[in-house]
Amino acid sequence: MSITEAPSGLAAASTATPLVEVRGLRRVFDLSKPLLNRLIEGGGRVTLTAVDGVDFSIRRGETYALVGESGSGKSTIAKMAVGLLPPSAGSITIEGIDVWGEKSQDLQRRMRRRIQMIFQDPFASLNPRWRVGAIVEEPIKAFAMIPDPKDRAARVGELLSLVGLDPRDGSKFPHEFSGGQRQRIAIARALASEPHFIVCDEPTSALDVSVQAQVLNLLRELQERLGLTYLFISHNLAVVRHVATRVGVLYLGRLVEEAPARELFSDPKHPYTRMLLDAVPDIEMAGKERLAIAGEIPNPVNPPSGCHFHPRCPFVMPHCRTVAPPVFPRGDAGVRCHLFAEA
Amino acid sequence: MTPTLSVRNLRVEIPTRRGVLTAIDDLSFDIAPGEVLGMVGESGAGKSITGSAIIGLLEPPGRVAGGEIRLAGERIDHLPPERMRHVRGRRIGMIFQDPLTSLNPLYRIGEQLVETILTHERLSGRAARDKAQRLLEEVGIPAAAERLSAYPHQFSGGMRQRVVIALALAADPQLVIADEPTTALDVSVQAQIIALLKRLCADRGASVMLITHDMGVIAETADRVCVLYAGRLAEIGPVRDVVKHPQHPYTEGLMAAIPSLAGDPDEKLAQIPGSMPRLGAIPPGCAFNPRCDFAFDRCRAERPDAYPAGATQAACFLHDATSAPPPEIAGRASEAGIRLVRAPAETGR
Repeated sequence: MSITEAPSGLAAASTATPLVEVRGLRRVFDLSKPLLNRLIEGGGRVTLTAVDGVDFSIRRGETYALVGESGSGKSTIAKMAVGLLPPSAGSITIEGIDVWGEKSQDLQRRMRRRIQMIFQDPFASLNPRWRVGAIVEEPIKAFAMIPDPKDRAARVGELLSLVGLDPRDGSKFPHEFSGGQRQRIAIARALASEPHFIVCDEPTSALDVSVQAQVLNLLRELQERLGLTYLFISHNLAVVRHVATRVGVLYLGRLVEEAPARELFSDPKHPYTRMLLDAVPDIEMAGKERLAIAGEIPNPVNPPSGCHFHPRCPFVMPHCRTVAPPVFPRGDAGVRCHLFAEA
Repeated sequence: MTPTLSVRNLRVEIPTRRGVLTAIDDLSFDIAPGEVLGMVGESGAGKSITGSAIIGLLEPPGRVAGGEIRLAGERIDHLPPERMRHVRGRRIGMIFQDPLTSLNPLYRIGEQLVETILTHERLSGRAARDKAQRLLEEVGIPAAAERLSAYPHQFSGGMRQRVVIALALAADPQLVIADEPTTALDVSVQAQIIALLKRLCADRGASVMLITHDMGVIAETADRVCVLYAGRLAEIGPVRDVVKHPQHPYTEGLMAAIPSLAGDPDEKLAQIPGSMPRLGAIPPGCAFNPRCDFAFDRCRAERPDAYPAGATQAACFLHDATSAPPPEIAGRASEAGIRLVRAPAETGR
């Protein structure tokens, strides 16, 4: 099992420098009609700024959670982090290598191997016509990690038992498994290339609660065992509280608050974060009324001026409508809200 | 008082090429007038099928194979389709998960509301339009008069679900069946919709059957909860008791598995081993026995009835007053917070 153990030397050496650094990340989508239509029907370019100047870093062995509602840009960030979508501006650096700027093919290839992704829907992310063994084996083949087919098969069995499946399950097809087991297969596939960094995009949203707990516990166990670093994307704050070391709260493409998980949940600062925490239906609340929040998320094509949250904010001040707040540091945390400006 | 809805020994079967599957097996429950009953369970537990069976919209080849469904005392299973159509909409309102699929994209909101109102009530066109506008105002849509002429795509998700609620309540139904009404919505909007649904139904004295997999939503909305497992009743009782002191081992495991904003975040989440059986492979005896920490011989052989268990009713042999579970299992169960009726040996029967 030596190959699956944590890269201990590395881990010890580099707790100071973050594994992942995201700087000034920005992504703009062009939603304009084709040029000819614009010329004939009039109307200019229409753009959507899905991610607007996001900065954060993740230390090795930690879980950084991005929370936000639909349209907040969390999945766009995930896609840019794994190299599926180029950013419009800014950079993502993983283990010192710029994901989008690295020219050396060799370095790029080495970095790619260290990044994996787990998707939301385990019914869509596994090829139904491939046997589970072949699905898990694919990354090993793609990166030419183990040349001998026999050794490769042994490694596949090892990976399957690592995620709590039977090595013999390799000969079955995905449809023979339940949702939770499929997500385990997806995790085994992600682990096959021995990644250091895994992006989990809503990994349990499609699962039932009793199975969700199994998958969350497994992800945590694997992190401790293999020293993995996670970027965990979720809209479920209760889930995030159980997995994250640090949390970033997104609202319409901007990181409005960033803090260590404990601090964020015990002492939320940004009015949006407070609102989100109040809105979570919680079984502990049996019988109590939930705070209903006014308004809905505005259309990201045409976000409100100044601070994007001002139309829904209970503490809105005149300059919130015109000036977008910068990040105000608060100890180990940061808040994008004029309430926290130093006087 | 006659319950608004009374379901007795409901059995729903789905014939397939490989034999008949029993999707709902011997399910009984009541909903009192003005009561909100939550239906919870994991996917495949039969929550939505129960809803479809009640409104007579089971997808073929599914069929009601046994039992009775009564609406305010009157049997509504096996009504001729024409009469059932009258019950649906007029006496039972429906709200589904995705508001986009329950609204016709080609018709203006106003036309859809007026059509629904005129189907169930004899009103002039003008009176129906007025009522439509009143309904939109009631569900909190700003500038209702102008919005009547808008199309569904011009509304946001939350606003669309408000329109669907207006449609469901258009004919003042006695019962509203809401199937995952907030699942497609963002958390900040969810709270608004739940509060609205609860308030409007309370104002009208309508009963609600709220189907959802989200225990948080149930906890804050329902009066009573019915927990389903593999098409069978696991536990039914007042919401506080089911959430805080679950008496069925499945409910107990389910509650412990839900990540919460309280409690220690560093603690591992409790998990139930395995997953719910498929309909074709439900084990003999209690359907939960292979995943249950407290299963004993009887659980593998016989199917439990619903026994009174504290404030709730649980389909579990641990609560059978006439026959005690093995002492070792009884001991572990009480440690887990399951309140056993005193074993007969101790009471000296």
